[in-house]
Amino acid sequence: MTNSTEISNSDTPMQSFSLQNLFKTLSHLHVVVGTLFIATLYVTVCNLFFSEGSLLHVSDYTVSLFGKYLCYALLALAVDLVWGYCGILSLGHGAFFTLGGYAMGMYLMRQIGDRGVYGNPDLPDFMVFLSWTELPWFWAGSSSIVWMIAMVFIGPGLLAYVFGSMAFRSRVSGVYLSIMTQAMTYALMLAFFRNEMGFGGNNGLTDFKEIAGFSLQDPNTKLALFVITAIALAIGYWVSNYIVNSKMGRVITATRDAESRIRFVGFRPEHYKVWIFVVSAMLAGVAGALYVPQVGIINPGEFSPLNSIEMVIWVAIGGRCTLYGAIIGAIVVSYAKTRFTAIMPEAWLFALGGLFVLVTLLLPKGIAGLLPNLFDKLSIFQDEKVKKNT
Amino acid sequence: MIIDKTGSPLTATENIKPDTRHGVILYVEDVSVSFDGFKALNDLNLYINDGELRCLIGANGAGKTTLMDVITGKIRPDKGVVNFGQQVNLLQLDESEIAMAGIGRKFQKPTVFEALTVFENIELSLAGDKSIWTSLFHKLTGEQKDRIGEILQTIGLVKEAYYLAGRLSHGQKQWLEIGMLLAAEPRVLLVDEPVAGMTGQETERTAELLTSLAGKHSVVVVEHDMAFVRSIAKQVTVLHQGSVLAEGTMSEIQSNPEVIKVYLGEDGDAGEKG
Repeated sequence: MTNSTEISNSDTPMQSFSLQNLFKTLSHLHVVVGTLFIATLYVTVCNLFFSEGSLLHVSDYTVSLFGKYLCYALLALAVDLVWGYCGILSLGHGAFFTLGGYAMGMYLMRQIGDRGVYGNPDLPDFMVFLSWTELPWFWAGSSSIVWMIAMVFIGPGLLAYVFGSMAFRSRVSGVYLSIMTQAMTYALMLAFFRNEMGFGGNNGLTDFKEIAGFSLQDPNTKLALFVITAIALAIGYWVSNYIVNSKMGRVITATRDAESRIRFVGFRPEHYKVWIFVVSAMLAGVAGALYVPQVGIINPGEFSPLNSIEMVIWVAIGGRCTLYGAIIGAIVVSYAKTRFTAIMPEAWLFALGGLFVLVTLLLPKGIAGLLPNLFDKLSIFQDEKVKKNT
Repeated sequence: MIIDKTGSPLTATENIKPDTRHGVILYVEDVSVSFDGFKALNDLNLYINDGELRCLIGANGAGKTTLMDVITGKIRPDKGVVNFGQQVNLLQLDESEIAMAGIGRKFQKPTVFEALTVFENIELSLAGDKSIWTSLFHKLTGEQKDRIGEILQTIGLVKEAYYLAGRLSHGQKQWLEIGMLLAAEPRVLLVDEPVAGMTGQETERTAELLTSLAGKHSVVVVEHDMAFVRSIAKQVTVLHQGSVLAEGTMSEIQSNPEVIKVYLGEDGDAGEKG
């Protein structure tokens, strides 16, 4: 009989119930989804049932702000998947996020109908302004919510597939790949700035009125969007968690560490890289789509390389290669940004840079690196590996 | 490229079987490789019999590693024939196809997946379908677990099954890599300097391991350590300046005047550094 099963069995003896044992049976997935659920419930209850002025009240503004943070968290998850696990340092994930956002923005523009400034029932305001007489072909279908949801996945996914196939098949990696992703998002930014592209040029898409028939100004819609974002993040986490704990995830980690060996074992690493890159791009696209109705605007500025670099910093600060670290990083840094830019807007980039340097020097594993020490006594994170193989 | 009807590459088990009716599994004939005019391999002829353990020795630059590169598809020779069995032409296949056809290679520097456990390292190396969707929904069968357990037993890493491979000692990594090769169920194992940097005890265990593998697999070992070669080899091939200088048992080799002249040196055992 194999010794592998002996080893794993001996580590999971039946014990009497206690709080500690309860924690032992929890995995990262349970902790993250549970925390997310409690936080969402708290915000919802405090927003709905405590009136303004009450100590426990959560304002509508805060709800949207948290919704935005959760979108960033989903985006950070996408970056961690390719960077942390597969070693692909993408400095262009903002492109996928923004493309998802534009898909949603186009749908929201069409929902305005004749309530725009020019009152044209068929054409969005900016097209009337440019004296266009009909919708460009790529806007066809954009008034349908099904089309929108499909485009949120197809747009970023297709870009990632084309880019990834070309880059990984010709075995481009490391710094060269990072520079190429950066160039990709920069090129998209320049293209989308042009009015002729048909995406609203400089101003982007804004002045949205409603989504699926619900007014975007209504606090309940905002709350619903926040809850949907939380659910999307939970699903995104579940999917990512499933991938990294499957054999697929192990092939990806192995590719990161020893690509030549994985090739001699008989895998085709470039196929795996393209696949994970596409999945990650789609997650980023979903994050972008949920972000747009909550902030009310999407413009080419979101393609800016600086944004994409900031995403990588979230993951570095939160902790690479843990998934939950990416979520923590995105929320902590975004919260700090909100606070900091209110006090000293011009100093934010210095603060961000400083934070990045400090974390790299003092916490090489990021904030998530602190957690296992903290939880060791509760034994939450023990025996994960063993459990997996039984 | 060898592919099946659905378009995915064939695995070792379902692949074209090398035809070994004549008892020879690897044919290397008249192979020449040159780098910028320097002849790394010069009309080299080598035949490896099915199931034998063969040692390749030779000074630095004699062409040992180049020969391995040619067999595994990393380098294309200028001329010559490299056949797996009588009929599979290796020169038409690329690296992963050759790996899946049944030729495993251990690198000089141990390369294992450091962020994965020993168990998972073997798991990834198991023969089978290597496509994306299979990997995504793959569950280990009892049979595969048994197989992994067997391999762990063979390479002596049972206790370390759930250690991260990065935590293993140098010698243990070498064994793990051999285990990974075994998991792929190859017909031929090419092993480049398996005992470099090992302690005496580890070297002894490696010798036992490699000897036990011969028979079921054909094993080709490149090594500088003459004591080690003496302890495992029945057949030894001496390479010199890109071609075969001598072939025979260790004692024949040691008494061969030409070999003594060019390789073993005046003191008869200068193989330490090579």
